[in-house]
Amino acid sequence: MAKKNEKINWEYAPAPESTGHVNLKEQYDLFIDGKWVKPDSGKYFDSTNPANKKKLASVAHANEKDVDKAVKAARKAYTNIWSKMEPSERAKYIYRIARLMQERAREFAVIESLDAGKVIRESRDVDVPLACNHFFYYAGWADKLEYAFPNREVSSLGVAGQIIPWNFPLLMAAWKIAPALATGNTVVLKPAETTSLTALKLAEIIEESGLPAGVVNIVTGYGDTGAAIVNHEDVDKIAFTGSTAVGKIIQKAIAGTHKKSTLELGGKSANIILDDAPLDQAVEGIVNGIFFNQGHVCCAGSRLFVQESVADQVIEKLKHRMNSLIVGDPLDKNTDIGAINSKEQLDVINSYLKIGQAEGATMYQADCAVPSSGYYCRPTLFTDVAQSSRIVQEEIFGPVLTIQTFRTVDEVIQKANNTPYGLAAGVWTDKGSRIFNLTTKLRAGVVWANTYNKFDPTSPFGGYKESGFGREGGLHGLEAYVKLN
Amino acid sequence: MIFTEAFLRSIPIFVGINYQSMAKKKGTTTFSIPDFTQSPRIDKVGVEERVSRFQKRSIKKEAKMQGLRMALNMIDLTTLEGKDTPGKVKQMCFKAAHLHDVHPGLPTVAAVCVYPSMVATAKKEVEGTGIKVASVSTAFPAGQAPLDVKITDTKFAVDAGADEIDMVISRGKFLSGEYNFVFDEIAAIKEECGKARLKVILETGELVTLDNVRRASDIAMYAGADFIKTSTGKIQPAATMQVTYTMLEAIRDFKLKTGIQVGMKPAGGISNSKLALHNLVMVNEVLGSEWLTNEWFRFGASSLANDVLMQIMKTETGVYQSSDYFSID
Amino acid sequence: MARLEVLKTYKIYIGGKFPRTESGRYYSPKNAKGEALGNICLSSRKDVRNAVVAARKAFGGWSERAAFNRGQILYRIGEMLEGRKAQFIEELQLQGATKAKAEKEVAVAIDRLIYYAGWCDKVSQVSGGVNPVASSHFNFSVNEPMGVVGVAADQSTSLIGLVSQIAPVIAAGNSCVVIAAEELPLCSITFAEVLNSSDVPGGVVNILTGSLDEMLKPMATHMDVNAIVYTGNDAETLNSIQEFAVENLKRVRHYPQDWMDAKAQGLHYITDVMELKTTWHPIENIGGATSSY
Repeated sequence: MAKKNEKINWEYAPAPESTGHVNLKEQYDLFIDGKWVKPDSGKYFDSTNPANKKKLASVAHANEKDVDKAVKAARKAYTNIWSKMEPSERAKYIYRIARLMQERAREFAVIESLDAGKVIRESRDVDVPLACNHFFYYAGWADKLEYAFPNREVSSLGVAGQIIPWNFPLLMAAWKIAPALATGNTVVLKPAETTSLTALKLAEIIEESGLPAGVVNIVTGYGDTGAAIVNHEDVDKIAFTGSTAVGKIIQKAIAGTHKKSTLELGGKSANIILDDAPLDQAVEGIVNGIFFNQGHVCCAGSRLFVQESVADQVIEKLKHRMNSLIVGDPLDKNTDIGAINSKEQLDVINSYLKIGQAEGATMYQADCAVPSSGYYCRPTLFTDVAQSSRIVQEEIFGPVLTIQTFRTVDEVIQKANNTPYGLAAGVWTDKGSRIFNLTTKLRAGVVWANTYNKFDPTSPFGGYKESGFGREGGLHGLEAYVKLN
Repeated sequence: MIFTEAFLRSIPIFVGINYQSMAKKKGTTTFSIPDFTQSPRIDKVGVEERVSRFQKRSIKKEAKMQGLRMALNMIDLTTLEGKDTPGKVKQMCFKAAHLHDVHPGLPTVAAVCVYPSMVATAKKEVEGTGIKVASVSTAFPAGQAPLDVKITDTKFAVDAGADEIDMVISRGKFLSGEYNFVFDEIAAIKEECGKARLKVILETGELVTLDNVRRASDIAMYAGADFIKTSTGKIQPAATMQVTYTMLEAIRDFKLKTGIQVGMKPAGGISNSKLALHNLVMVNEVLGSEWLTNEWFRFGASSLANDVLMQIMKTETGVYQSSDYFSID
Repeated sequence: MARLEVLKTYKIYIGGKFPRTESGRYYSPKNAKGEALGNICLSSRKDVRNAVVAARKAFGGWSERAAFNRGQILYRIGEMLEGRKAQFIEELQLQGATKAKAEKEVAVAIDRLIYYAGWCDKVSQVSGGVNPVASSHFNFSVNEPMGVVGVAADQSTSLIGLVSQIAPVIAAGNSCVVIAAEELPLCSITFAEVLNSSDVPGGVVNILTGSLDEMLKPMATHMDVNAIVYTGNDAETLNSIQEFAVENLKRVRHYPQDWMDAKAQGLHYITDVMELKTTWHPIENIGGATSSY
């Protein structure tokens, strides 16, 4: 029998996901007009694993000429094939892509974790299945568009230029490509420079699917590549997900042109805990809200509001929960929080930690171990902050939570809405009438009541105010890619 | 509300119960009793999500071996049948101390769990092994008997040498909202236990909702439970991870409020190693390693032991095992 | 002896009141025959600012009115307009329309108000819905008003453009600041009087007369304006609205429509100035064995 009072220390042994089934090339070219082509400049850049700073592959850097080539291919495919195809046939191509992705789901998950620093539990259980399901969902819309827009004439736009961020690389590619194809558009997509690999793997699947050449083109590169897409005059539509600052630059660039746009931008979303909430589930919701994907989530519940009567209790429970989070190797199945996506982003986060402390806020970090190499940040929370603190007002895009307390529902609604952003919000209370009061008055595109950070292909996502415009997902997500008369 | 002897004695239903001794046992003189109608609310979907996180933990290598040995050592090896005989109980007790002697160095189980009539037999059989004898009581499993019968039942088991008493709460009374009755009954049985540790069985399969599970957990702990236990094993569903998780959170909150540590015993339905390891992961992450001993955590199970043994042997030999090589009982 | 006619003083409409422009300026547009239409307020950027403040203040209460109530108020606007038909016809004629055209324009404007009155309590049923998510959650999307909408009214009509642009904006539950047709301003202020006597809370609609060029920038750059609705085909104006709108990412809606067209109305004119909100809540026991059917 175990001796009494023996100090038990049960640590989970490493449980790394195997990488044996992953097939990565040393170098990736651009996917234009159904072929892999070398970049005009001959330049390539490295995609590295943020967990150990090791190079994974080199990726082509597309310039204006490459983008022009891609747009021309997309235009040709649009005019000659894709816009003329029976919608029901279009649907079958998209279904086929969904199925091929499902078959290679595990490979996608591992590459996503390697390239983005995202934990395998999330890439395996969230990113990749949602991406597959997104294609599956929109495939079915292709031949039913007249039901989505009754009394309107629906037509496609043409060539869609799509620029996606590094936080959910494959999922954002799916959010962009699937509805664009279903509505009959062709695509030029640029993944973020730090996370190009799953988009390139998706290009392989698209090639394998037999999708007509030029319908989807993937051009990799930096901001200049994105700018070339935005400024290309034969692009009919810009879909962008990323920072509010870049969103505004894009909006300025396309002012006065015929280009339609949808922007999915930043946020500083409020997560509100009322005193009658199911507190343990609320704590889990707080953790999900801010530490999901290392906090690299535009809709992260980064501003926590706790009613004063339960604040101490919630903070105590939250700290306890934070201490059970495992930070480390993204590929380990037990890791809860992986690597920060890049050195640049880690620097941003660290600068905000300094700002917070300089502002006089009290910082608490989980007492977990953190790997010595790679880019990591402990789960962090700040108390003693005010509505006017910079860390409360500005998007940090990392695992950093600010906690404010409030006394009344009216007060918290005002504070929650007191921001230029309006992407998401969370509300935790056991009382139905109070839920509806709050969810109605919060100025945000997605409101999670007694849950947080849930996504589904059928559920429209997108913001109010400076969090962007247009919706992705669901019936409403189609509107971004159609012309209505 | 302040939990003082004087105050409680002013309420008719509490007359005759010696709260002072309970307070002493708890190492504190006063603490407040909450209004149980205000027990924290539980969101079931949130609980399911949280539980799925535990189920996704991958326990490998040394961690797995350590976990399996812990699990073995936390088992209350149980027989609770109408057809139980001293012969059956004797064989089970031997197994409790000799789980798989071809593999030396294995721990024993924590306790054997039997009906009151079998306590004397069991006590004799496990003597010198360190294994405890637990007895169900209070008209187990339904608990549909008057308090004096339940007290007599308990006294019989304690007198026969039971180290631990596994009582059932009056679920009918609970569901009709008579929380004070339930509280009072538990406190009365606790008195009768003397030195024996009291496990309070909530029979969560009959309470149905997690809100009820949480409320019953609170009542049991404030009334003096040393352990709270999910089920009798006679009702389905029994120890689901959602229920156990809800009870673990209640235990944690009780510790935070009163400083008193209470043990947890999921019972019924935990029949394989994987489930046992998931439960241990949950205890580790919700309550912490302080609870990872059989003083504070038990599995009520009859078939779990052999599955854990087979896993241990598989891990050591690298070969999948057959039940023919592991003794039943 | 002929009676001396009492001339109407055209003011602007802010927060349910009829002040003169704070700038004290006026202009005197003329009709095709060269007749002066009157001394019209030449509103300034400060009037724009005051109007936006009034609109923001009115937004909360208006957006929280029951949709049914908003519908009744829009219907009431139609009723009041019907009652003052003659005055509008007269003003339209003074501004250059034939009698027949003027009568038609007023009729279409009244019918358009009635059309949008009917939409108020139907929008969310048609434009929103329940989204069948795969997890145990109830998920629904509904449209909600955007806030303060800036309306650059049709410069080619005096009444029908104004009404066609305002009606869907307020049917949605928004408040608005309207820049009237610069050269055809008469109906805008008379319409303000209609609004003022139709139970429309003060500040929900604010109407300014004067120079579009002058007022567009303060309105389209205003950080507390959520959207701009523009009718017209001037590429330069549209371009500048789009550029002005960037700083707070205003939604810009451009309608090159001929508002006299019977088809120049529809649900999308309402939903264009609404935001879609999606709400999630857990559901217990989905797919459980407890279903009773």
